[in-house]
Amino acid sequence: MCGIVGLFLKDKSLEPKLGSMLSEMLISLSDRGPDSAGIAIYGAPSGNEAKITIQSAKPGRDFPGLEAELAKILGAPVTIAVKSTHAVVRTAPGKIDEAREAIQTLRPDIRIMGAGDVVEIYKEVGLPEAVVDRFDVRSMTGTHGIGHTRMATESAVTTMGAHPFSTGADQCLVHNGSLSNHNNVRRELIREGMKFETENDTEVAAAYLSSQMAHGKNLGEALEGTLSDLDGFFTFVVGTKNGFGVVRDPIACKPAVMAETDQYVAFGSEYRALTKLPGIDNARVWEPEPATVYFWEH
Amino acid sequence: MPATSKATRDQGHARVFDLDVMSLRELNQALHDLAPGSNQTAWEVLNPKGNHSVAVGVDLPVTIDVRGSVGYYCGGMNSGSTITVHGSAGPGVGENMMSGSIIIKGDASQYAGATGKGGLLVIEGNASSRCGISMKGIDIVVHGNIGHMSAFMAQSGNLVVLGDAGDALGDSIYEARLFVRGKVDSLGADCIAKEMRPEHLELLQGLLDRAGVTDVKPSEFKRYGSARTLYNFNIDNADAY
Repeated sequence: MCGIVGLFLKDKSLEPKLGSMLSEMLISLSDRGPDSAGIAIYGAPSGNEAKITIQSAKPGRDFPGLEAELAKILGAPVTIAVKSTHAVVRTAPGKIDEAREAIQTLRPDIRIMGAGDVVEIYKEVGLPEAVVDRFDVRSMTGTHGIGHTRMATESAVTTMGAHPFSTGADQCLVHNGSLSNHNNVRRELIREGMKFETENDTEVAAAYLSSQMAHGKNLGEALEGTLSDLDGFFTFVVGTKNGFGVVRDPIACKPAVMAETDQYVAFGSEYRALTKLPGIDNARVWEPEPATVYFWEH
Repeated sequence: MPATSKATRDQGHARVFDLDVMSLRELNQALHDLAPGSNQTAWEVLNPKGNHSVAVGVDLPVTIDVRGSVGYYCGGMNSGSTITVHGSAGPGVGENMMSGSIIIKGDASQYAGATGKGGLLVIEGNASSRCGISMKGIDIVVHGNIGHMSAFMAQSGNLVVLGDAGDALGDSIYEARLFVRGKVDSLGADCIAKEMRPEHLELLQGLLDRAGVTDVKPSEFKRYGSARTLYNFNIDNADAY
């Protein structure tokens, strides 16, 4: 099954509540997927820092001292905020690629969840409520975010197999469904130079979108491409630095409900994920059409 | 509404169930515990909030008003009751209904009325894909539009659509009658437009009457049904399956 949620705020006054709203949405869909859960939150851009979310199975071993060691290599200020198995590394925007490389050299067991100017990604094995509590997602603020609770079908139940998948700066994707041509697409993307960390079909979809956008397409155009280039069942919900997109395959087996008000655009695999949102009783609620791209940008 | 210590109460003639206070299982159990001849014939369900399986398997002629939107399978297997959802319905509303009626004031999601054997399902908004898939005798009236692959493998019953139909209407249809007033994006394998004879106009008028549709004439509809070329295997039809 899997459950997906997404929330794109139009009303700035809701930004302090983004984490709690998204958490409640995701928890309501727990029985759609008990294997793992994850959430990506887009915070407000500060303009002078970039973030890398990292994960370690042994945070007590990997995180201490990393801040100073990284700062020394980069020759720039670095701060690290640890949250359970995850940590957010902040440094200067121009240092992001260098920082990724340095982290992998200094601590080979650390996994990079995502990077960019604004995105933070938290994902672990377990139910949404446990994941949300562990990373204190409810207290997070931001402009938009996506979340996923996973019933594994295509690859292992591991932290890296959890969604969201992030394959480009500030880009990430959650998926309900299964792709049948992901191995072929993965081979083509590897030839282009993309790197993969799992056997997961969803990582291929994320990388496909990153590749399309790297070729100059906007989010809407990139999502259009999934309809012809990706085969299988899918409902994708995608976040970019300032955008939020949704697309379903032409058969549209996988459920999806959307709601829009003056304050927000929300997505849920089921309507019950939306029932606690403010003003939902008067929202425009609809089921996205198959093979139709929906996207919003700030 | 504030939570009360007494989870259900009688209000006027209706027994009220608040799903903010009671569990769905308690509601459905109370409905299943009803004895034939019970005077408790009017029920009201508050705060459904997209919950699944609201009022499934009801087996007596009671009326149930659901105030809000429901999730999957509302009114599934309904036998004799009249369920009105004052909101929208998720996937599989009225799946395998036997008799009675279900009225959805808003929209319905995928496979509304799937495999229904009898009764009447009215959707006052739009229905999504696969409306009436494998219907086996149910009557479905949709005021708005229906999505793709509706009435797929339909075997018996009537599907009436006041708006438009999506792609592959009636794919691999057996014997159901499909009446569509608006445009049909495409017909599925073995589904063809058919002549509207007087008996069909009469049948359709009866369905519209039962669904409370007063401003639409049967003559505005086209009828679709099975060409019956897939009944026996014929190698020339292999591409159509």
